[in-house]
Amino acid sequence: MIIDEQTPPRFHRRHLLGTEGLTPEEISILLDRSETHVQQNRQANKKKSVLNGRTIINLFFEDSTRTRTSFELAGKRLGGDVINMAVSTSSVKKGETLIDTAMTLNAMHPDVLVVRHPQSGAVSLLSEKVNCAVINGGDGAHEHPTQALLDALTIRRRLGHLSGLVIAICGDVLHSRVARSNIHLLNTMGARVRLIAPVTLIPSGIEHLGVEVFHNMNEGLKDVDIVMMLRLQRERMQGNFFPSIREYFNFFGLDEAKLANAKDNALIMHPGPMNRGVEIDSDLADDFGRSVIREQVEMGVAVRMACLEILTENLDQSVASNL
Amino acid sequence: MATTNISTQHTLYINARLIDPATGRDEMGGILCDGKVISDIGPHLNNGKPRANSKIINCKGHCLVPGLVDMRAHLGEPGEEHKETLETAGRSAVAGGVTTIVCLPNTEPAIDDMSVVEFVARRARKLGLSKVYPYGAVSKKLEGKEIAELGMLSEAGAVAFTDGFKTVSDIQLMLRALSYAKTFDLLIVQHPEERGLSKNGVMNSGETATRLGLGGIPRYAEIIMVERDIRLVEMSGGKIHFAHLSTSDAIDCVRKAKARGLTITCDTAPPYFALNELAVGDYRTFAKLSPPLRKEEDRQAVIEGLKDGTIDAIASDHTPQDEESKRLPFSEAAAGGVGLETLLPITLELYHNGHMSLIEALNLITHRPAKLLGLKAGKLEIGRRADITILDPERGWKVEDKTLKSKSKNSPFDGRPVQGRTMQTIIDGRLVFQAEG
Repeated sequence: MIIDEQTPPRFHRRHLLGTEGLTPEEISILLDRSETHVQQNRQANKKKSVLNGRTIINLFFEDSTRTRTSFELAGKRLGGDVINMAVSTSSVKKGETLIDTAMTLNAMHPDVLVVRHPQSGAVSLLSEKVNCAVINGGDGAHEHPTQALLDALTIRRRLGHLSGLVIAICGDVLHSRVARSNIHLLNTMGARVRLIAPVTLIPSGIEHLGVEVFHNMNEGLKDVDIVMMLRLQRERMQGNFFPSIREYFNFFGLDEAKLANAKDNALIMHPGPMNRGVEIDSDLADDFGRSVIREQVEMGVAVRMACLEILTENLDQSVASNL
Repeated sequence: MATTNISTQHTLYINARLIDPATGRDEMGGILCDGKVISDIGPHLNNGKPRANSKIINCKGHCLVPGLVDMRAHLGEPGEEHKETLETAGRSAVAGGVTTIVCLPNTEPAIDDMSVVEFVARRARKLGLSKVYPYGAVSKKLEGKEIAELGMLSEAGAVAFTDGFKTVSDIQLMLRALSYAKTFDLLIVQHPEERGLSKNGVMNSGETATRLGLGGIPRYAEIIMVERDIRLVEMSGGKIHFAHLSTSDAIDCVRKAKARGLTITCDTAPPYFALNELAVGDYRTFAKLSPPLRKEEDRQAVIEGLKDGTIDAIASDHTPQDEESKRLPFSEAAAGGVGLETLLPITLELYHNGHMSLIEALNLITHRPAKLLGLKAGKLEIGRRADITILDPERGWKVEDKTLKSKSKNSPFDGRPVQGRTMQTIIDGRLVFQAEG
């Protein structure tokens, strides 16, 4: 096979369903493109026209304010028409199935569907039934790829690279799609991932995904570059995973004393929304020297702009190749 | 179906490889059917002169075996006719060479009353396809609270007792059921799964479930229930049969309990020795089964259990689900797969892969299950009803929805190339299925 070294690598996929299986090149393409939007988003005139005429539907089967708003802004700043659909309150209650909803929306010729669903695998099922591009906005406990990308962009801008970093993901790994997407992405980019949680919140067999598991926060945080806190998803918890919030915070909440084990300049991250005083001490969350939580939100818009832009470029390609 | 006039008709099947696992017979020969019953069998029939009014059928060297006995199938009728009826199940069964089906009581209404036992038996008899024997419910309405009328259900024709794909969870109820069943020497069949451990799960617990973000069902859900019930058998002196074992440890528990002389038997189903959890792949709901597909080590252990006789039989575990129940996100999709037509070829994989001889593999789906449930089936014997399957163990085909006769097409083996095809199925001396081509 002859490899043409002049051709820049491309992101060929029709959908963005997860970070598992993405190559380092593909991740870099998405991150590099995101960079270009960061500056633009800080200007007075934030609007571009690359998505003029494009329709983006935010299809959310699960409540969300932050992610939906972020995708909505991203689409609008690129000049696309964005429609929000919160399905949990409409058709599904009337017995319409996921597939029916997909077919109905597909008939309206959207260009991109951004889908969030409470069941793992639901977004991939839906993507098989539509002609447009699909972005996974979070499915069950499976994946949330744009969150992992915005985390990576935040880290890369602060520390310059991902490779070789030691990153601790702490808290409710069991119910977390953010953790899974981050594990895949960070491993692919050459970072080392640690998980820190009580045994009840670590899913079985996760060590096979290439992570080191700790149950003691002081040990797990030793010399890490990044502390990534997860939200305790109490709404998904059936049964007793820990005895009380007080006990949880005592052993697994991030405070100054535990953070002292990490590197001096270690960054604190959180995908939001935070449970202050449950998984993270309120003062630490607001410590601008170390907490990059607000930056993550900012990068979110840029990353989602890049994803929308690249996937719609691919739509043009596939139309062209069908002719 | 016109059967009245041919009761005096003789049909002679010649040039057949006669395989009868019950007696160990495996030789070339013929079989003579006198109306509904077998009147002669042996190598001498290949050369002997047929009687004047005999119809002669040349089996072309194919195997002639007792009609297959499937000791566990969900048939959908009454109550879920949109998924399967006794007729579509019967067509599916005869295409799979199955002449005797034992059906689960998880119908609507449940088979917890003599009238439902009689309804199912009468409907099946009228169809003239595979013979259907119902299981009776262990508990009224399958609610797991009060014991059903085991004695009267047994008199009405229920061959054994189970709550089907629901576990008899309440320990007191299970102990009473085992003890009470002993009164009439009846068998209790258990779906061993500790609900407390399995209720939030949808596939086998472990790396794959974690990667897919799906709730796991730990292996221990099965192991713990098997261990508990073995103790209850010890306590009560009753008899238990465990359905579709899927884990190495549960099989080992049965192995040890048998060695201790307890009256314990068990079966498994084709998915558990032919597939592992990787079949779930990217949320394939056809691979969502109950119990769930396990790890490769467990699959290997199931084969070992079949080889050393710990596992007594193979059942299809036929569970039809329509598209609406399967075309859903994995967690919401219904569990189960159709199996009547794949029981034979997947069981024969044990032979083709060198794990056992052809006659040993066939034993697991003929004589063994029939003997376990006390059914007059699964044996080639003079004077018995002529329920016969003629099959070509080598013939290849592909499992596809268009080839399946069942009303539902949810096969976990969808797309799999298999070997072993039913050529003809004969029930009570009557040809009820003939392969095309």
